[in-house]
Amino acid sequence: MQSLGRASPLRRDPAPSRWAYRMQRLWLTPLFRVTMRVGLPAFIVTLAVGIYLSDQARRDAFGQNFVEIKVKVEQRPEFLVGLLSIDGASPELADAVRAKLALALPQSSFDLDLDAVQAKAEQLDAVASAKVKVRTGGVLQVTITERVPAYVWRTDTGLILVDATGHRVAGLADRADRADLPLIAGDSADTSVPEAAALLQAAGPLTPRLRGLVRISERRWNMVLDRNQTILLPAENPVEALEGLLALNQAEDLLARDLTSIDMRNEHRPVLRLAPFALEELRRAQGIAPTESKT
Amino acid sequence: MTDLYQSQRTMRNMRRAALQRGVIAILDVGTSKIACLILRFDGVEDTRETDGVGSMAGQSNFRVIGAATTKSRGVRFGEITVMNETERAIRTAVQAAQKMANVRVDHVIACFSGAEPRSYGLAGEWDLQDSVVTEQDVARVLANCDLPDIGEGREVVHAQPVNFALDHRTGLGDPRGQIGNRLACDLHLLSVEAAVVQNLLYCIKRCDLELAGIASSAYVSGISSLVEDEQELGAACIDMGGGSTGISIFMKKHMIFADSVRLGGDHVSSDISKGLQVPLAVAERIKTKHGGVHATGMDDREMIEIGGDSGDWDKDRRQISRTELIGIMRPRVEEILEDVRARLDAAGFDHLPSQQIVLTGGASQIPGLDGLASRILGQRVRMGRPLRVQGLPQAATGPAFSSTVGLCLFAAHPQDEWWDFDIPAERYPARSLKRAFKWFKDNW
Repeated sequence: MQSLGRASPLRRDPAPSRWAYRMQRLWLTPLFRVTMRVGLPAFIVTLAVGIYLSDQARRDAFGQNFVEIKVKVEQRPEFLVGLLSIDGASPELADAVRAKLALALPQSSFDLDLDAVQAKAEQLDAVASAKVKVRTGGVLQVTITERVPAYVWRTDTGLILVDATGHRVAGLADRADRADLPLIAGDSADTSVPEAAALLQAAGPLTPRLRGLVRISERRWNMVLDRNQTILLPAENPVEALEGLLALNQAEDLLARDLTSIDMRNEHRPVLRLAPFALEELRRAQGIAPTESKT
Repeated sequence: MTDLYQSQRTMRNMRRAALQRGVIAILDVGTSKIACLILRFDGVEDTRETDGVGSMAGQSNFRVIGAATTKSRGVRFGEITVMNETERAIRTAVQAAQKMANVRVDHVIACFSGAEPRSYGLAGEWDLQDSVVTEQDVARVLANCDLPDIGEGREVVHAQPVNFALDHRTGLGDPRGQIGNRLACDLHLLSVEAAVVQNLLYCIKRCDLELAGIASSAYVSGISSLVEDEQELGAACIDMGGGSTGISIFMKKHMIFADSVRLGGDHVSSDISKGLQVPLAVAERIKTKHGGVHATGMDDREMIEIGGDSGDWDKDRRQISRTELIGIMRPRVEEILEDVRARLDAAGFDHLPSQQIVLTGGASQIPGLDGLASRILGQRVRMGRPLRVQGLPQAATGPAFSSTVGLCLFAAHPQDEWWDFDIPAERYPARSLKRAFKWFKDNW
């Protein structure tokens, strides 16, 4: 009788096959392991992406898709700027800025070049500086600091308002419109506005009589008073010369006399030019001229 | 001779490469089991002060990181008889050990128990040229040892310088730098059957492994199971394996004799199998569970179920007493021990100052063996277990693994062998250049 216990006389061989043994040894090699676990997946991914992108049409479609998604996001209402708000400017200037910027609103805030907007706004003469930012609610906020006109500059072509730094602010039709501002004249008077300011400061008691300052030869100032009196100031140290004249005036009451000009250019020797009548009177008093010649 | 000499040098280089990589495998090809350990070396340790010509092959600390044992197949008397089967068994063991260690090993140091080892004592002399012993002088005195006729088809596995003598002073460990006129040396040489080694090399090569060293298992089990003073004072280690019993005699920390008896535990099992008419596997199981060599009155009453798979009720219900089993086992064990005694007598073991005998190996675990052995071999017999090494699994610490553990120690601290020393300069082609250089130096 055959025993039932020995149903499987063939025992399995526990030894690994030659190939299994070799594969296990290969798998235990560190370099091979790293290659298979890191290098191979990386290679496959790179290869797949490379094959996919090797076709020009696919590459284009991919770029197209990307652009579409980008545009879609940019055009969302959350990012749209629909309103331009200008602060800190007079209504006329605000209109001028608005016209200058010429923004096609509504526009996506991604498309707005805020630096360009700022530069454009600052191109206007009347604008000292501009701050631009996009506020919540789709508002483009432009905060403007205006130039304050300080002088009226008379040129050959007309009257110009300039600010304290000599920068043009606006044109002026009539002097009487801004009678409160001092008048300057002469070529490139605007470039030496700070000097003019110092002179006006120093003019003191002469201020009521002052008509304006004239830049001569782009080098020195003449101060023009009423009654056609002119004070010629030197190119160097005009303020000191003016102060000297004022002292002289206080002592001698010089300017009340019948003079047409006082030349202060030589600091040691002021030169007076008398009006013709006064000159004649002086000569007569000195006995130089005939008292009653040619009657 | 020169071929093997060269290949031994190559193996040393291989071992150095393995130490540099830090991982080496240990393969013990036995008759009943094949054990594979994987060692990780923690780095080269400072050379410890030792007797002998220092360690030239380098020393290292190690740790066992992988261990596997498999039933041996195709091996009889410690010799490979069926190459395919053995190769598969080696593959099983190596793969399991690699899996446990999770590291790939390329270098293996192997030991085998069979191949009829024969040991020879060699002596050489050399007159020193300038009275100080240099490494070249050591190399020359080793080269001057005249090789006995070791027989056709035999090769040298171990050739260890055991003793150096300078003039009248003997027992020098390291003669280098000493002053004298005449240097003499004693060399212990162990030769084995070349064909057996070739088979083993072939099997290992078929497993994609490189051999980094080869050792006789009698020698390595002596290294692991003899304690230091036994090695120093003289002792014999009897490694009772499955198919063969190895004998090695140590003195002054050197092996001075090795031999093997082609009988082992498997013969006891086959006796039981034949005597009781049971399969070999059952015989093996009965031997390990109930075996012994001393019968007492108690053993008459202890009945052992032999069983059987025949389907015949009478045959399957057989019982024997333990006394009967012992009656079968004892004559064979006695035969083995008497054979060992004869080998020891032939080697002149009884002239040694210390008569210590250490029994180890798987077959030495038979209960009562020490009593029997002390009757046959002499009074000073003890059972030996291998040294503890770091990381060794509990299952591999028994006496059956003494040669495996010894091979670990051999891998870590190999004794200097002939091929570790310099080649004598006159056999060296580079010498002519040196001589030309010397001539220039002398004449200008």
